[in-house]
Amino acid sequence: MLENNGGILLNIEDLKVVYKTDLETVEAVNGISLTVMKGRTLGLVGETGAGKTTTALSILRLLPSTTGRIERGKIEFNGQDLLKLDENMMRVIRGNQIAMVFQDPMTSLNPVMTVGDQIAEAIELHNGKMPHEEVNRRVENILQMVGIMPQRRFEYPHQFSGGMKQRVVIAIALSCEPELLIADEPTTALDVTIQAQVLNMIKDLRDRLGTAMLLITHDLGIVAQICDDVAVMYAGEIIETGTVEDIFIGDWRHPYTAGLFNSLPDLRSQATRLKPIPGLMPDPSNLPNGCVFAPRCGNRMDICEKEHPKTVQKAQHRLSCHLYATGENPRRRDVT
Amino acid sequence: MGREETSLRMEKTTGIEKITFKRQSQAKEIWRRFKKSKGAVFGLGMLTIILAVILLADVIAPYSLATRQNMSLKLAPPSWGHIFGCDGYGRDIFARVLHGGRTSLSIAVIATMTSCLLGSILGAVAGYFGKVIDSVICRALDIFMSVPDILFTMAVVVALGANFINLLVALTLAYFTNYVRLVRSQVLNLSELEYVEAARAGGASSARIIATHIIPNAMGVIIVNTTLNVAKIILYESTLSFLGLGMPPPAPEWGLMLAEARAFLRTSPHLLLFPAAAIVMSACSVNLIGDGLRDALDPHLKS
Ligand SMILES: Nc1ncnc2c1ncn2[C@@H]1O[C@H](COP(=O)(O)OP(=O)(O)O)[C@@H](O)[C@H]1O
Ligand code: SF4
Ligand SMILES: [Mg+2]
Repeated sequence: MLENNGGILLNIEDLKVVYKTDLETVEAVNGISLTVMKGRTLGLVGETGAGKTTTALSILRLLPSTTGRIERGKIEFNGQDLLKLDENMMRVIRGNQIAMVFQDPMTSLNPVMTVGDQIAEAIELHNGKMPHEEVNRRVENILQMVGIMPQRRFEYPHQFSGGMKQRVVIAIALSCEPELLIADEPTTALDVTIQAQVLNMIKDLRDRLGTAMLLITHDLGIVAQICDDVAVMYAGEIIETGTVEDIFIGDWRHPYTAGLFNSLPDLRSQATRLKPIPGLMPDPSNLPNGCVFAPRCGNRMDICEKEHPKTVQKAQHRLSCHLYATGENPRRRDVT
Repeated sequence: MGREETSLRMEKTTGIEKITFKRQSQAKEIWRRFKKSKGAVFGLGMLTIILAVILLADVIAPYSLATRQNMSLKLAPPSWGHIFGCDGYGRDIFARVLHGGRTSLSIAVIATMTSCLLGSILGAVAGYFGKVIDSVICRALDIFMSVPDILFTMAVVVALGANFINLLVALTLAYFTNYVRLVRSQVLNLSELEYVEAARAGGASSARIIATHIIPNAMGVIIVNTTLNVAKIILYESTLSFLGLGMPPPAPEWGLMLAEARAFLRTSPHLLLFPAAAIVMSACSVNLIGDGLRDALDPHLKS
């Protein structure tokens, strides 16, 4: 792929998603906005339950039909609002232009189909008229690209290890050369050593194919390794977003992001001890009025519990916190 | 990737896993695994013999022999002339078992297939689409199931008259409900799995997902149930014949033969023995094949 940087590929604006069950309404995503640029990788970071998977499923319009509902917002892909498309048009986009890799490779493959057939199936789905030999050639190609010997395509998923399975899943996702790859915690279910291998492979392939990526993770280490931009999500909101530099070494830092960094083991300074964020994320069916992070925040002020913080922006770096709204910006060192 | 590739290479050199480099079709692969099970091969052999004998019934013993009455041979025990003996009307039991097999087995097999097809489609639709469609199908099912099977079948046969087609209709209507419930629950379980979600994320349509991901995975359970049902339906037919609601006499039919044998059970048990043996053998062979198929369809058991 040629020069791909610059244009906006995916633009989400003010997206709100709820799950309605008989008992309660879960506000899983609350008016988030984010942008994935062509050829760039956006890391979506946050604790379990922050609404990351819900965001991903909304993009593909795959929310559980009985409970999930997109209440408002816009999801533009190449300038086209996906929320206005019908199911048939969405099917053409799924897999072909936007592909998704799920968290658990153990259950992401059909146990009664050979892995080769599963990749071929994905290719044929979007290339109906492709001759058989061409499909086979592409299956072998893509397997080679993800580091699996092509002759293993006659094997069944259970004959592969976890890491190998995830490679197959990624091969399926990339088989139609999508413009956007959504990877939902693609390495969380793998062993640590395998994690690094799979991550490097994703990175290589992304660079080779020029694919833009929305990488969902709860691991800031992974973000540092392969992301260009970062969005930090908490209780259904994006509380801070910017380039990797903004988030890791910028002047501003949201107290929640600071907490995430503090709970990271730092190999360089053994002196720093692990400091996990105290408390739990608020119940998404009963969110606090003011700042959603207030109940756990060490920098909490009176206003935090009353008023929802506005978003402040410096270049691409944006965050929502009252600390930065007072005009007198604290240095990031002061934020705990 | 280094580590995994190394372990992969080891796995090959130690020969734990022989990797076939030639593409094998799915059917060939299943057949290869099926052959490994002795029971299944035995069942297949037995069923083949049964079917061959039944298909060649006209050559082996003409149909007239099965219906011709000869009172001098009434209840004759097995002999060289009549190897299975004769029944209460002096008819040759061997000929009746052969020709009866045609009716009994074709009713059993066809009724099983139609009920399986009807039930599986309804069950898959109900389980996959859920919501209103599911509710409608399930409520309709409740109505069907609130009437006991045997009563239901009897009502249908009495209303429509006893003949081959009506028996099929009655048995299908009595049995398809099992498949609806079975397939619906399978589909509900399987649709939760991530590979179905993944297929949807890849742009596959509902019909395609049901056909390529859900049905093949539910196949094992469906096949075992189907083979069990063949046996059940053979017995069910017997019950109907016994009650005088099966194929009308003098047409030979295994269930009818059992019913007629009842009167002579103490004095001439051979009247019961041969049709009963035919039923048991057919049912067993079908079950053995079913077990073998289930294992052959499950790639985990591939050794
Ligand atoms: N199908 C569902 N029905 C009801 N609530 C759900 C459903 N899926 C997710 N949720 C809730 O929505 C919130 C966000 O979940 P999710 O998007 O999975 O978060 P993440 O991927 O960041 O861990 C959680 O509180 C979760 O309990
Ligand atoms: S707005 Fe207040 S409570 Fe929320 S993160 Fe900022 S300082 Fe903490
Ligand atoms: Mg998740």
